[in-house]
Amino acid sequence: MPLDTTAQGAAQIEMSHVFKRFDNGTLALQDMDLTIRQGEFVSLLGPSGCGKSTALRMISGLLSPSSGQITVNGHAPGSAGKSAGVQGGDVSFVFQEPTLMPWATVFDNVYLPLKLRGLSRREAEAQVTEALEMVGLAKFGGSYPRELSGGMKMRVSIARAMVTKPKLLLMDEPFAALDEMTRFKLNNDVLNLWRRNGLTVIFVTHSVFESVYLSSRVVVMAPRPGRVVHDLALPDATTRDAHYRTTPEYAETCRLVSDALEGTMDDVDLNH
Amino acid sequence: MSTSTTDPVTMSPQAAPSEDPALRAARSERRMRILMPCAALLCALGLWEFLVRYNEIPHYLIPAPSLILETLWKDGPSLLSSAWFTVKLTLLSLGLAIIGGVALGMVFALSRTIEMSLFPFAVILQVTPVVAIAPLILIYVDSTFAALLICAWIVAFFPILSNTAIGMRSADHNLRDLFTLYGATKWQRLRYLLIPSALPYFMAALKIAGGLALIGAVVAEFVAGTAGQNTGLASRILESSFRNEIPRMFAALLLVSMLGILIFLATSWLSRAVLGHWHESEIKRQG
Repeated sequence: MPLDTTAQGAAQIEMSHVFKRFDNGTLALQDMDLTIRQGEFVSLLGPSGCGKSTALRMISGLLSPSSGQITVNGHAPGSAGKSAGVQGGDVSFVFQEPTLMPWATVFDNVYLPLKLRGLSRREAEAQVTEALEMVGLAKFGGSYPRELSGGMKMRVSIARAMVTKPKLLLMDEPFAALDEMTRFKLNNDVLNLWRRNGLTVIFVTHSVFESVYLSSRVVVMAPRPGRVVHDLALPDATTRDAHYRTTPEYAETCRLVSDALEGTMDDVDLNH
Repeated sequence: MSTSTTDPVTMSPQAAPSEDPALRAARSERRMRILMPCAALLCALGLWEFLVRYNEIPHYLIPAPSLILETLWKDGPSLLSSAWFTVKLTLLSLGLAIIGGVALGMVFALSRTIEMSLFPFAVILQVTPVVAIAPLILIYVDSTFAALLICAWIVAFFPILSNTAIGMRSADHNLRDLFTLYGATKWQRLRYLLIPSALPYFMAALKIAGGLALIGAVVAEFVAGTAGQNTGLASRILESSFRNEIPRMFAALLLVSMLGILIFLATSWLSRAVLGHWHESEIKRQG
């Protein structure tokens, strides 16, 4: 059995010679080349200021590159959703904060993407319930976000992202603000979602351990200017479980990725 | 809790062992919250009555509460018709302030250019004291009622405009991005994101504007004097002062205050009804 079966899928995202310079002159991303295939779980790993979130937002279409080319499923990012309303939802985004509407119930928050597509509550009910079951919150449809814990809010956010059955899931440091226990639990949830639904995940994180636990591939980035410095394929991503964290392979891979990351920190002036 | 006297808990604590102590505490607190202000008010009125009678202060200087109530009863029908005039004026101007403020606030929130061009006018309207403009408006506008309405509207309009504009802009940035990602139309963005985000700000403005509309109506009436045939409470106060009928002045004043209190209670109730289930400002905390 080949180590990385996922790499055989079709190219889903292609970035070539992508630069991003912000209005204030900062070069957030310099000459980024990246090809991501259908079904991969890719972590973008790096210290703050390395452009990993910028890259993610450009893939989603929320930002456009200053120069260079990005295509998602053969289109410019975000354009698919606008030209054909049905497809808006092929790409889902999970933010660092749960980003729920405080005035709406959990059900209505998860229903939002379908509502924006024009589905009635009744048409959407089965899909919303399924998404809530997927994250174990079926009983909380009638609750308001303020009544939930941080981890539960994040799960609602994931359910909302999954309700449109996306082909591509973009996650921007989604668990950075959570405690470790909750983070481990949600890491497993995301792994299961990825395996079961055959989607592509791009996961932005600054945690080596999280990226190694989750990904089939880790893209290490360096700051000032933001750029890709390493691109590491990891073995056995589809068969990991909680025990994987205690195996020597896990420790070894973490050391490997840490070393790669360490190299990026050399030119960071800590007094800056 | 009107049944407080028959409450078994107050008679014998052992009678209802299943009674939750926290619940009981909450109920007695609720009772106190109504009883205490009422008792304080009654004490103040009693002291007033006593001081007036004991010092034999003439009623054309300070009337006793009993005399004010008597006047209120005697002049009731004519005072109530004046009160109705003031109520009409206040509510109509508040309604128009809401319509104008919300509409313009939305336009401001959607277009920076329009906001930049029109905001100075809104500020000028707000900072110029209504007493100072009212005589001019009364000269230019034929109908006294319309002139009064414009004065009250000017006062109530600004907080609604400014809070609506701020509220619409306060929508969470990530939520805005989310709406963009799902290709929401302008209308969907307005209906499902901007309006709910602005609601707490609008409700705060409504509480202020409700009181201001009444103040605007009263001030405008004062400036207009007893010019119109249909006169409101403020012109009755003015008229009574000319005739030295101090008790009736107090009676009319009492009605104005009660109007203000009613408006405050109504807007507070509305705010709780609309925001109570989600917004921090109206959520009841436990413990």
